[in-house]
Amino acid sequence: MSLPVYTTFGQRVWHYGFRVICGLVFFFLIAPILVIIPLSFNAQDFFTFTPEMLSFDPAGYSLKHYEDFFTNNEWQRSFKNSLIIAPIATIISVTLGTLAAIGLSQSHVPFRRAIMAILISPMIVPLIISATGMFFFYSKIGNFMENSMGLDRDLVGYFKVVLAHAVLGIPFVIITVTATLVGFDRSLTRAAANMGANPVTTFFRVQMPLILPGVISGGLFAFITSFDEVVVVLFVGSASQKTLPWQMFIGLREQVSPTILAVATILVGVSILLLTTVELLRRRSERLRGLSPG
Amino acid sequence: MSDTATKGPVLAADGTPLKRSLGRALRVQKLRALALIAPLLAFVMISFIVPIGDMLFRSVENQIVEHTLPYTVEELSDWDATGDALPGEPVFRAMYYDLFLAAEMKRHTRLGSRLNYESAGMSSLFRQAGRALDDPGKDAQKALEAVDERWGEREVYFEIFNAPEGTEVDTDLLALQKKRVRWLADEKPVGEMLFAPSLAASELLPTAARAYAAFAVITGMVDNKVVAKTKPVETIYLGMIDDITGPGFQDRLAAYDGPQKEALAALASAGLTAPDYRAIFEDTDKEWVDIETWRVIETHSDAYTAGYFLNAVDMQKTPQGAEIQPENKRVLVQLFIRTLIMSLTIMGACILLGYPVAWLLANLPTRQANVLLILVLLPFWTSLLVRTSAWKVLLQQQGVINDVLVWIGFVADDSRLVLINNQFGTITAMTHILLPFMILPMYSVMQTINPSYLRAAKSLGATNWTAFWRVYFPQSIPGIGAGSILVFILSIGYYITPEIVGGTKGIFISNRIAYHISYSLNWGLAAALGTILLIVVLALYWCYDKIVGIDNVKLG
Repeated sequence: MSLPVYTTFGQRVWHYGFRVICGLVFFFLIAPILVIIPLSFNAQDFFTFTPEMLSFDPAGYSLKHYEDFFTNNEWQRSFKNSLIIAPIATIISVTLGTLAAIGLSQSHVPFRRAIMAILISPMIVPLIISATGMFFFYSKIGNFMENSMGLDRDLVGYFKVVLAHAVLGIPFVIITVTATLVGFDRSLTRAAANMGANPVTTFFRVQMPLILPGVISGGLFAFITSFDEVVVVLFVGSASQKTLPWQMFIGLREQVSPTILAVATILVGVSILLLTTVELLRRRSERLRGLSPG
Repeated sequence: MSDTATKGPVLAADGTPLKRSLGRALRVQKLRALALIAPLLAFVMISFIVPIGDMLFRSVENQIVEHTLPYTVEELSDWDATGDALPGEPVFRAMYYDLFLAAEMKRHTRLGSRLNYESAGMSSLFRQAGRALDDPGKDAQKALEAVDERWGEREVYFEIFNAPEGTEVDTDLLALQKKRVRWLADEKPVGEMLFAPSLAASELLPTAARAYAAFAVITGMVDNKVVAKTKPVETIYLGMIDDITGPGFQDRLAAYDGPQKEALAALASAGLTAPDYRAIFEDTDKEWVDIETWRVIETHSDAYTAGYFLNAVDMQKTPQGAEIQPENKRVLVQLFIRTLIMSLTIMGACILLGYPVAWLLANLPTRQANVLLILVLLPFWTSLLVRTSAWKVLLQQQGVINDVLVWIGFVADDSRLVLINNQFGTITAMTHILLPFMILPMYSVMQTINPSYLRAAKSLGATNWTAFWRVYFPQSIPGIGAGSILVFILSIGYYITPEIVGGTKGIFISNRIAYHISYSLNWGLAAALGTILLIVVLALYWCYDKIVGIDNVKLG
């Protein structure tokens, strides 16, 4: 992309102008996320840079918003709830999703397109509609479980939220695992069967290690879907299932407290971690399948 | 080849014809694949598809009027709602008994709020009536006791209406009342009743017997009390007077040979005055003798209604058919249009910002492109609430953007720009949130465009612009299409971001749905709005499937 020597002045202007435009778009993409990081260390309860911060005076910075997050009961409880709900929902969607993806990748599946459409639908239907439908139906299930089965109210609440989040995570598992299976060499399982391995052994010793990167990244997608989800939990859950995004949502809508910025910074750290993991997994999977030389 | 045809079918190793053997193997394979898919399919069906179906059903379901006022709805079917005459006495009479039972179960307010969505004031009308309906019954009880002391004893009523063993039971009445109470109570009555309505009593005193059977079901099966030892509800007294003063009582009494025949005969000759139900309702509120009230009830008495859908597009159901709402109530069509316009604006902004970036990414060497791609993927992976809170912080009047603008002298300190709680706030924040969904599909399409086409065009004498516009751009259209539909689908269903940065002007139809679910509790309207939105999204998704294909959805 370096400019040849014969370019005219106009072409040069356009070349650099174009890069400036792209730079501005990248700035637009990344700046809002980066700007909250220094703001979360603000010693004041303001949402903008104080003069002390701009002159890099240490007195302008503090960790008090982080301290609030780690000591405040409301925040800690919602954080704990998120850490309970997201992993369980992920396990459910990964287990069922992987099995179904393997089934779907077989060569002769009747109604493949229809089944695929149903399994992907939780991703397509807008969250507000899923939430509305679940709000009506899950309250019936909840009432049934509480009244007829005599289960504890909180337990039923968690059950409903986990169920909802598991179903929302399924499309991501299906998509990533089927994508990994596209390049899967079927003769490997045949070879294993030929050497006397039963289907279960073949699955765990041959197929699973090869598709593991896809399964893990699908799991991460499912995890982040649940961990980040607020609309459905607002409608389906009750106050004792309040998750971290829910608490942030309340904070943003009602009394905006700078603690939100500290939480947001922590979550940005989490997403960088997740992004790196998924990228590494994707490369590993492509290498395993021999799709890319790197 | 001709040899095998003469030797019959080809056989497999075990002697079965190869065709059948292969067919069996294929069937086993299909079954195995389905067995792997089945658990997930069942899971998604139960926890997702059925709830969506439930929502679709709710958008037309309207059984509450019929269930709460079964006899009134039946009587109203003879009444002409388009005429000028109030409904007759039988309607008021049925309404009295229906409403009394509903009030007894504390369900009249629920019906009131349902009808209040259609006509303001219905809620308080029903609430008031529920409180006032006891009094005529109490007066009736006094009138009965004035004739004979025994009409104050609960055992006497039980003796009349209960069928002891060996006598005929009115099973139809019992089944009807059980069903009615079941709907009102929202649960199946399960307790022990120790009561069976006597057929003889139902023939003699139809109104009172019906009221007593309903009372017995509630007392015995819902409240789990002994029917014989519980004080009867007031409608039974009024029902007795109604039956006794009604036409043909003397003939029925002559045919009757159950308990308390003489006492009943004494009542008949005591000169009791027949109840005036219309006056009872008129006393509680003048609105009850307003024909509009009855028109609303009649119009919305069907078990399934298009009313919610009409409301969702700013129309209403009237006795004359569908009509446009009065001007001050028209908000939803405007909101639908605003949702569409804002989504299109967001889509357009994403195309404008995303196209150059995607082009740059596709034309840079892989190593540099991968580094820049991180700048696109990081926002994609960052929590939605983090990005929304970032924009809330940035766009505030005392926020970073305004501070910078004041600092460079672009705006004065006392006239800071209003960037949040309006359409600008929503569009900016959502463009930022959805931009990666535009860049990634564009990038993957542009990667496949062969750069030598562009060079060929230039060497044939095209200017840079012609080469781009006639050669490169048409090849990148699939990417634009895929990204646009994706962004559009995602944005018309957005809820969180408009709720936080949109104020009142920058909200979408989804915020209205959430409002009806959590605040106005008009769930039918919420379901109808949701259904319309769902149809739009599915239609768009169908286009997406045609352009990109369901299997080509890629993540990360």
